[in-house]
Amino acid sequence: MESDILVVDDSAAIRKILQRVLRQTGMAIGTVYEAGDGQEALDVLKAHKIDLVLTDINMPKMDGIQLLGAIKAAPQWSGMPVMMITTEGGETKVGEAVRLGASGYVRKPFTADQIKEKLAGIVELAVTL
Amino acid sequence: MNLQEVLPQSMTQATRQVFSTMLGVEVEVLDTLVEKSLPESTDGLVSFIGLAGSWAGTGSLACSKALGCLICSKMLMTEATSIDEEVLDAVAEITNMVIGSVKTELESIVGPLGLSIPTVVFGRNFTTKSAGTADWIVVRFRCEDETLSVKMCLAPTEKITHVIPHSLGQTCAVDM
Repeated sequence: MESDILVVDDSAAIRKILQRVLRQTGMAIGTVYEAGDGQEALDVLKAHKIDLVLTDINMPKMDGIQLLGAIKAAPQWSGMPVMMITTEGGETKVGEAVRLGASGYVRKPFTADQIKEKLAGIVELAVTL
Repeated sequence: MNLQEVLPQSMTQATRQVFSTMLGVEVEVLDTLVEKSLPESTDGLVSFIGLAGSWAGTGSLACSKALGCLICSKMLMTEATSIDEEVLDAVAEITNMVIGSVKTELESIVGPLGLSIPTVVFGRNFTTKSAGTADWIVVRFRCEDETLSVKMCLAPTEKITHVIPHSLGQTCAVDM
């Protein structure tokens, strides 16, 4: 079964790279939706059934931490895996994301293999739950 | 903290890692220098990103139009020949990654720092000027026959001493 994925980042360049990387993972991927900030992401989540969210943290309007909080607070989305992709390497933001229920994180700059490895773990976990 | 010792090494390492990982391009250090905060005339692309916390300031990348197009082409695997939204976005994201990596290293020394959303400017013969008085640490790189300048300007934020009176000779550890 194919997974529909939502990529959230204020950089169109990063969204484009992630689209390419996701297609290279060999995973069964359906539609890859895009959003430029947390608010846009919530609009996509309301309109489509999404299986996995990849989100940046540092974004205008609604950042990735606020988006993660909104997803985990909504009963219809709370079980959805959310992976953070961020330049934030400090314990503060990443620790907050993990406490809020993030399934994992990848630091920018990233390689395609790092994304693939993290996604494999998250998908495996989602299947066993 | 001696910024002139910590920052150049961190800026060099971050730039090398970001360019190698995201663009598949190796950069070579040309020189490291300290610049006064004087108005500077520029051609090409300049990006800025703000840092705030117990230390505050700005990180910046400056490069030619040709290098901006190369960054975009390598990053997105397309052919960029003129400055457009994609090129500006690619340079902004590279700035975010380079200065973000330096920020992460600095946080182990100075505590948590916030990072702003980057801004990129493109033009000819424009002038930039920082309102701050701190010197800029500049590391210049050779990148595919073009020059890339990575700059950072950081200073401790002012501490406000509190006004609660104490008896003579009593010390207080509280800073506000």
